[in-house]
Amino acid sequence: MSDLILAPLQYPFMVRGLIAAIMVGTVCAVVGTYVVLRGMAFFGDALAHAILPGVAVGYLLGNGAREPLFWWALIASIVSALGIGAISRNTKIKEDTAIGIIFAGMFALGITLISTVRSYSVDLSHFLFGDVLGVSGRDLWLSGSFSLVILLSVFGFYKEFLVLSFDPILAATLRLPSKLLDFFLIILIALAIVVSLQTVGVALMVAMLVTPAATAYLISPRLPRMMFIAVLIASLSGVIGLYFSYYFSLASGGVIVLTTTLVFLVVWAWRNVHFRNNYFGIMIKRKKGIHE
Amino acid sequence: MGLTEEFIKTRHWISHRHPHTAGTPLLRVSHLSLRYDGVNALENLNFEIEPGERVAVVGPNGAGKSTLLKIIAGVLKPSEGSIDIYGHEPSGHICIGYVPQRNQVDWNFPVTVRDVVMMGRIGKLGLFHNPTRYDWEIVQQALETVSITPLANRLIHQLSGGQQQRMFIARALAQEAELLLLDEPLTGLDLTTQEDIFRILEILQTKGVTVLLALHDLKLAEEHFDKILLLNSRLIAFGKPASVLQPDILLQAYGGHLHFVKNGPGFLAVEGTCCDGGENHP
Repeated sequence: MSDLILAPLQYPFMVRGLIAAIMVGTVCAVVGTYVVLRGMAFFGDALAHAILPGVAVGYLLGNGAREPLFWWALIASIVSALGIGAISRNTKIKEDTAIGIIFAGMFALGITLISTVRSYSVDLSHFLFGDVLGVSGRDLWLSGSFSLVILLSVFGFYKEFLVLSFDPILAATLRLPSKLLDFFLIILIALAIVVSLQTVGVALMVAMLVTPAATAYLISPRLPRMMFIAVLIASLSGVIGLYFSYYFSLASGGVIVLTTTLVFLVVWAWRNVHFRNNYFGIMIKRKKGIHE
Repeated sequence: MGLTEEFIKTRHWISHRHPHTAGTPLLRVSHLSLRYDGVNALENLNFEIEPGERVAVVGPNGAGKSTLLKIIAGVLKPSEGSIDIYGHEPSGHICIGYVPQRNQVDWNFPVTVRDVVMMGRIGKLGLFHNPTRYDWEIVQQALETVSITPLANRLIHQLSGGQQQRMFIARALAQEAELLLLDEPLTGLDLTTQEDIFRILEILQTKGVTVLLALHDLKLAEEHFDKILLLNSRLIAFGKPASVLQPDILLQAYGGHLHFVKNGPGFLAVEGTCCDGGENHP
């Protein structure tokens, strides 16, 4: 058993992959807590897809170097977020429609740009579904510093984000700069997406943002603990998924996301049974004429 | 809303607050109008409120009660006219507490009662500062004032309607609010609970807190408030309950929707269109 776990660690790419998976799990879960509580899942999904043209430009200009990819992806996501805001603010078009327009448009632009390269399908699939075993040491340092910025920001602005998410009117009467803080949160989500690009890819990103946080929401009644549990679930799913993908030669991004989904389903089912038992308990008490 | 405005807000947030100029009324509303989609939600309102007064904001559905409260809170901007709190615009003050309508709150949000009350301190704390022991003491006192200390560690979705209102009033206390705005806090509460809320509002009055409360029940407005502000887009009447609650004045606000029932020497006004969920304005 311990051999099963330790054997793959002799390969440096596997160690780097595991570190990346834990890092991505941590960052996505923390940021994703706000995505879940504020009902921004569709927005997060769109933002993840909308970075593709940035990735493509960085890829075409950078000759395979990773760093330009990060920056161009970040620019693409900020442009998309601004575009969504501009359309929904200045027209009668609702926000989700604006998200749909920008998200599909940017995604299409990305696919078109990448199709100009000869090794089109391989590269595209790496961007779409991730390539965690291809993470280099330099990539790790880069994602690591991004992750640190995200975590420090979320903790530094914890109480401001909390008020803004729970009660925007209170945020306004406390004279917090709500628009600025909202935009800052969007940038943090964009950063988390960029950090996770190589591990899960664009197409499955929303799962990393939403699923572990939603699972934790079912388990924990308080925000800090919810974040902590989400981090645990996401990192653990990353590690388990990676081992499965190693032993059965499966697509790592897919398996990692499947693991988080499975954990969610188990918790959801358990909560449901738990709730039913309570419910029937109350019904039986009522029938017997016992009042609380 | 422009970026500059956001930065001005950031500055307020970090350091500067408007002073409370002595000798000015707590609240002065002059020539206030709000239009959206070409409709006048509020039309040329003028009135003043002195410190410590308890004012009921009364009017039919869609009269603009919530809108008026949000403008006073500095959450909405008027199209015309101005609002002065102690002689300055609301956006520079953090002494205005706002208790939202219950259906506008996400009761599944993973926070406890104490967490919510602590949110009131955040304006005073400033960026990157954690609550000190002093802040927790203030939260504790606020919880005691509205007598929900035993519920401090409960999750907010476990609260009853009356407890929810108490929590928000405690939050305003923690905020050290001098002006408390409540948007239909009594809707859906039973009579005993309503009485409890009024007892708490009386305690607030002894602490010098000015209260503006939107409500539907004219009888409660008459019994529990110093003044009544009768609103139907325009200001129909503002003054002592006895002077405002006159059949001809009420008819102006409610039109045919109001029925009068003789009740001894006085009369009882019964609203025709009743109102449960409250009204929502942008």
